[in-house]
Amino acid sequence: MQAVNQALREEMRRDDRIVILGEDVGRDGGVFRATEGLYDEFGANRVIDTPLAESGIIGTAIGMAVYGLNPVPEIQFLDFIYPAFDQIVTNLSKLRYRSGGQYSCHLVVRAPYGGGIKGGHYHSQSSEAYFAHTAGLKVVIPATPYDTKGLLLSSLRDEDPVIFLEPKRIYRAVKGEVPDGEFTVPIGKARVAREGRDVSIFAYGAMLQVCLEAAESAKKGEGVDAEVVDLRTLVPLDIDTVMASVQKTGRAIIVHEAPKTAGFGAEVAALIAERAIEYLKGPIIRVAGYDTPFPYTLEEHYLPSVPKVKKAINKIMQY
Amino acid sequence: MSQSAPKEYLQVILSDGKLDKSSEPSLSEQDLKHIYRSMLTTRLFDIKSMNLQRQGRIGFYVPCSGQEAAQIGSAFALRNSDWTLPTYRDMGVAILRGVPVRTLFDHLMGNAKDLMRGRQMPNHWGFKSANYVSIASTIAAHLPVATGVAMAMKMKNEDNVVMAYHGDGATSAGDFHSAYNFAGVYKAPIVFICENNGWAISLPASKQTASGTFAEKALAYGFPGVRVDGNDALAVYKAAREAVERARKGQGPTMIECLTYRMGPHSTSDDPNRYRTREEMEAWKRKDPVERFRSYLERKGYWSKDFEEDLRAKIDAEINTAVKEEAEVPPPELSTMFTDVYSTMPQLLREELREEEEFSESSSTNA
Repeated sequence: MQAVNQALREEMRRDDRIVILGEDVGRDGGVFRATEGLYDEFGANRVIDTPLAESGIIGTAIGMAVYGLNPVPEIQFLDFIYPAFDQIVTNLSKLRYRSGGQYSCHLVVRAPYGGGIKGGHYHSQSSEAYFAHTAGLKVVIPATPYDTKGLLLSSLRDEDPVIFLEPKRIYRAVKGEVPDGEFTVPIGKARVAREGRDVSIFAYGAMLQVCLEAAESAKKGEGVDAEVVDLRTLVPLDIDTVMASVQKTGRAIIVHEAPKTAGFGAEVAALIAERAIEYLKGPIIRVAGYDTPFPYTLEEHYLPSVPKVKKAINKIMQY
Repeated sequence: MSQSAPKEYLQVILSDGKLDKSSEPSLSEQDLKHIYRSMLTTRLFDIKSMNLQRQGRIGFYVPCSGQEAAQIGSAFALRNSDWTLPTYRDMGVAILRGVPVRTLFDHLMGNAKDLMRGRQMPNHWGFKSANYVSIASTIAAHLPVATGVAMAMKMKNEDNVVMAYHGDGATSAGDFHSAYNFAGVYKAPIVFICENNGWAISLPASKQTASGTFAEKALAYGFPGVRVDGNDALAVYKAAREAVERARKGQGPTMIECLTYRMGPHSTSDDPNRYRTREEMEAWKRKDPVERFRSYLERKGYWSKDFEEDLRAKIDAEINTAVKEEAEVPPPELSTMFTDVYSTMPQLLREELREEEEFSESSSTNA
């Protein structure tokens, strides 16, 4: 959370075209306090409390971007983005292409996403797949505070529209080193969070932590040496890093919170099957949310967990 | 702010041919002829483009005949640095703002010179040099964007304004509500031109809303809505100029409902005889905005038969030469399917481009 705040503050000082808009982002500092203090420092002209309309928030942000500002519209919860979906698919993702390059949108949509906070159907969704499926968008999902700041700074400087999804479960839960000042993490590059030789586990967002714990436990318990790769950017995906890992280990597991069917894991699995099948010792396994709306009381049963990832590791090690 | 619902509307060139001198805007002979030339060019371009589609020389077209006064009268009130966000039916706005017919035909033909690179169907054009933002098919989707542009102008302390166009159908869409609401809240420097042409494809305006007029919808958003005779270019110009001045002075948005008529079909895929009467179409033909403005020019002493013939000959020559020459331009390069998706082409798209190039080569050698 502080990483988000720091990135926004530092970049707003550096680039006066950046404006923030959204519900409760100004005087209230955002329901997750991501924009805390920014209204006081930069004023109402650059931190705008909008009326309650996601289509208006994203739509007007697109207009601001087209006129030369760098807007950062916030959607309070990713679950509420759907009224703006038309603006995103019809305008945001296509303006550069449809105008022959005459117009473009330098803009970052920020939204907290994902479960684990007892949020139920409408405060827990992971709908990154809809955006990954829309050409013209970049989809960035940090898993650590360091990457949150670095990737947000890169997104703020990117000339293309970025959907920046912040795993809300780790807003305060994950502590990490976040240096002050200038550094960026490149968009489109995955990170090998843990090197290993027996199996490749691909994850992003809050699931990175789950996979790292599962890998530790697998090493101590079964002596399995798992490699864990944080994808960080879904679009454009770092295909080379994914394939290099599969070529090394020969076994692939993909972990995400989003429902399994047509989730982003399906895309990664297809890419691996197309490009690295001769290296695979066994099937590609996905550990994902069930194909149900996100439950409230039974949330822990829904989400991929350390035991579920370990179960997948044990299964694939039989091959 | 209390304001009565606007039932009456503004007319300068009255329908019985008389002139309301009290509301006549003072425009020079040069200005008036410029307006007329733009209206006539738009009409002749429209007829030609419909013919091109019927002949199979372009794939699709959205005609605007009947709406020239609403488009050109309003756009004439703008500076070059003001921005427009029009609809796919608003080529009058493009022509008035200086886009050559040749450039319009390039887009309709989707050839290599099309500024849109052949990526979009007609009339989904955009012209940065004319500050005419490119168009999507989704109705009203441009309206929140228009409000955002206006908000940005205000935030940057620039005295430009936005003129956003939409139809009667668009007022039902959710984006209309978002756009107007934000515009009112932020007192954005924007003028909304509602071209009420009576029809949203086959749905008459009377079934589009239970509201008495479209103009009164603006009141709910905190700004004025005015109605004008949309086939009277001077009335439209007068209302637009006042609205533009309001916006430029920081007094916020205005909605101008132009009562006009879509003389042709919704598009070349539509047959309005299925849902409109001949009587209705004939009645509106008698109120043709181009003819009405011509008669005004004649009354002012600026028009003659020679002037008309010369002008038509010039426009026809420009149009026909453009069609002939631009029809020779080849289609866009294959790579244009993959460029401009992002500012630089990512690895995956480079692979897909290569894949398509190889596929095209091998199928042409096997042909």
